[in-house]
Amino acid sequence: MNSNVAALNKHQTLIVIGNGMVGHHCVEQLIERGALERYRLHVFSEEPMRAYDRVHLSEYFSGRDAESLALSDASLYQTPGVTLHLGVPVLEIDRERRQVITSQGCFTYDKLVLATGSYPFVPPIEGAEGDSRLVYRTLEDLDAIRAAAANAKRGVVVGGGLLGLEAANALKSLGLEAHVVEFAPRLMPVQLDDLGGLALKAQIERLGVGVHLSRATQSISAGEQYRYRMNFANDEFLETDLIVFSAGIRAQDALARQCALEIGPRGGVVIDDTCLSCDPNIYAIGECASWNGSLFGLVAPGYQMARSVAARLCDDAAEPFQGADMSTKLKLLGVDVGSIGDAHANTPGARSYQFIDETTASYRRLVVDASGKHVLGAVLIGDNSYYDTLLQYMQNAIALPSEPAALILPSSEGAPTLGPGALPEAATICSCHNVTKGAICSAIDGGCTDLGLLKSQTKACTGCGGCAGLLKQVFEHELIARGVSVDKSLCEHFAYTRQELYALVRVEGVITFEELLAKHGRGHTGCDVCKPAVGSILASCWNQPIMDPSLVPLQDTNDTFMANMQKNGTYSVVPRIPGGEITADKLIAIGVVAKKYDLYTKITGGQRIDLFGAQLHELPDIWAELIEAGFETGHAYGKSTRTVKSCVGSTWCRYGVQDSVQMALTIEDRYKGLRSPHKLKFAVSGCTRECAEAQSKDVGVIATEKGWNLYIAGNGGMRPRHAELFATDLDDATLIRYIDRFLMFYIRTADKLQRTSVWRESLEGGLDYLKDVIIHDSLGLGAELESQMQLVVNRYECEWANALKDPEKLKRFRTFVNDKRPDPDIHFVQERGQRRPIMAAELNLIPVTEESV
Amino acid sequence: MNQSNTQRAAPLENIDVWQSVCSQQDLVNDSGVVVWLDGAQVALFYLPGAEGKNLYAIDNHDPQSGANVIGRGLIGSIKGDLVVASPIYKQHFRLEDGSCLEYPQQRLRVWPVRLNEGQVEVGVT
Repeated sequence: MNSNVAALNKHQTLIVIGNGMVGHHCVEQLIERGALERYRLHVFSEEPMRAYDRVHLSEYFSGRDAESLALSDASLYQTPGVTLHLGVPVLEIDRERRQVITSQGCFTYDKLVLATGSYPFVPPIEGAEGDSRLVYRTLEDLDAIRAAAANAKRGVVVGGGLLGLEAANALKSLGLEAHVVEFAPRLMPVQLDDLGGLALKAQIERLGVGVHLSRATQSISAGEQYRYRMNFANDEFLETDLIVFSAGIRAQDALARQCALEIGPRGGVVIDDTCLSCDPNIYAIGECASWNGSLFGLVAPGYQMARSVAARLCDDAAEPFQGADMSTKLKLLGVDVGSIGDAHANTPGARSYQFIDETTASYRRLVVDASGKHVLGAVLIGDNSYYDTLLQYMQNAIALPSEPAALILPSSEGAPTLGPGALPEAATICSCHNVTKGAICSAIDGGCTDLGLLKSQTKACTGCGGCAGLLKQVFEHELIARGVSVDKSLCEHFAYTRQELYALVRVEGVITFEELLAKHGRGHTGCDVCKPAVGSILASCWNQPIMDPSLVPLQDTNDTFMANMQKNGTYSVVPRIPGGEITADKLIAIGVVAKKYDLYTKITGGQRIDLFGAQLHELPDIWAELIEAGFETGHAYGKSTRTVKSCVGSTWCRYGVQDSVQMALTIEDRYKGLRSPHKLKFAVSGCTRECAEAQSKDVGVIATEKGWNLYIAGNGGMRPRHAELFATDLDDATLIRYIDRFLMFYIRTADKLQRTSVWRESLEGGLDYLKDVIIHDSLGLGAELESQMQLVVNRYECEWANALKDPEKLKRFRTFVNDKRPDPDIHFVQERGQRRPIMAAELNLIPVTEESV
Repeated sequence: MNQSNTQRAAPLENIDVWQSVCSQQDLVNDSGVVVWLDGAQVALFYLPGAEGKNLYAIDNHDPQSGANVIGRGLIGSIKGDLVVASPIYKQHFRLEDGSCLEYPQQRLRVWPVRLNEGQVEVGVT
């Protein structure tokens, strides 16, 4: 062969049969390693759809479509040198001629990779056909299940293993009553021990899925109440409209058998440590391969094989395949299930620690070696937060603590975790892509300080996603170790959190911003972050009028002018209408003011009336008239108590059981003017029908026959949160006492601009902790919180009434301090009988009067 | 860039008139008020405690919202610069030269300003 010919034929042909997850990963690895410089790559797939995520297949029924399950962008297979043959099954392999034969013709190969995967095993059962013989493997299978489910009420999965439970989840999300029939006496017999299987069964049954163990289906016949009847031994039976078989997988080795490759004892192409079959040009990877007599039905070992083969084909250093850890953690039907290493304690001398919680059907087992020093395996049901730590102990042979049971026992601070600092560099963080802690550290050393970027650079957490929590921990730990800490300072002027500043203000009795800045801050000025935050803290603690000269410069414009600035620089005005109750005279008074100043008027969600379009210089006149008519400021502009919504309650309503309006008035009167980290909304409903929507408020009160139920930390808005039931059947005094304590505790411990809902979610110990503090006074703070609230209540004064008495304060309410004219750039147009701000696009429609003097 | 240069404060030697706009009593400590100046709206910020310059005059018009609101913004210091935050979308303008921290294309006009015998005077060219 002369050199010219060699140059023309410089590309060899590499064929990959199968485009499942493992075949796809091999292609990705090949391209990444530069294989296209030496190979023309052909990929054959029996399925019509390019590689998709089989691990999350059941999400196909809960909203994900085929495209979103795809593992890669379509463009990967449009890379020059790569040809993907979709829907083209390979019919035969001719090893003599090195050809694969398809319906589209013959293709000659230099190297061949078998990644044909597996197929579901369906036991030979008389009468199993059509909808009583469905399987769960491909998107086409799922389409068939969906079609069968269209007129079905009940569905049965045969097989209680990992895939069977996934399939049961799929049936459940199709709206069927789901049942699982398992031949063995427990669920997931491979991964779980007896107690683990029992706990999982209990949890799954609570979710409404029927579990039938030790049942062998002998035949399927026509049913009476449902389409089919599954007949078990001893005349037992179960009727159903469809049956999905998920009783295990078999290696898809038909092609290998046809071309006489060596086949393993349990099926599968026999491979060596380099994934090579008995033919030196043919590799096998994934579920179709048999290594050391074993098949590997998980994605991580398949990926390991794919990486090894891709490296070898590119003459890169390849790690030999030496078996795989079959540890796995999953959420099956919403239940956490974890299995690590020797879950059955089969190792000689192995000993176990077990934890059982029958109330929640949680189970944990820790298997240690004879010396008691190392973890051999574990079983987890109900809480996988223990998984990462236990897996790291096992994989890295980390010495156990003196009391190993602590690793699976519940503790008040959640699951004990192995600090990411304790992991060796070689510790595998992501087993799908074999990313070690060392690889993550070097990416960070290379300048990566963003978690998303880290994932795309290292591929960590882009496989099954199970390592997300651990990856984040390692990432943050390593960042902090490098001095890139998360800065919790309020701003450049205060190296404290809001909570810390609150404590300083309280403890030292600080009453001005200047004092706090001089003692604990930097500079002389502050900024628009720390000034309003400190202003709010001072108001929460001491409740001095916010228009006092030392406090004015701290307030955001809305608090400064005690009105809500709108987009054109005008303000809206909201008088307080406590509990949403208002007399006809007061309604008329609002109407008179609105008419006089030509204000746009709208009813708010908090049962008040908002008046829009007032200019700065008009505010004092408007408020003088409103106060004259008996109104007070509504604090709509402040991070403070807003409204207490109520229904009419027992006074008028035939269902009401308590006077909800009176309670709303009591609450609003008590907490009006209270400033807090964020706005506060309340509601009181007079009966369980809940017309005031109290369960969407920061503080919700619902009447019962015996008193009041208190709900806390609800929220509407962008991220709605239902309030949580906090205490039941309270008398009036206790209700107020709990609300006092709750609000003051929130003000004391929340971050700036943190609503009660987010604050509550961030509380360690959750609702129970909060109940301990508020109801059982576990911190001994009750009396202090109440007296702090009482001080704020006693000092209440309508800010607008205060400002109107003081000419100095009114000085600010001038559009121009040297001219009486209004702002000439504010324009309105009429719409639906009221005026509104003009839009930018309408500005040129304003008639301009020409001066003709 | 030319445009921003033309909006720079006029050098002191080019000032034709020091025009009196209001009295010192009209100012509010550590905060802003607005004066009408022959069709322009000028926000005056007075920081009596500041070392060195303590009075600033800057355009009241917020280019982002189109509303005349800068005089009602909050004063702060960011990395050594005295700034005012627009009360509507919270972007920051340097009091010294009117430049915007977040959006270089937004720049406010600034005027020379001084206190003279209890009167606030703005330099007009």
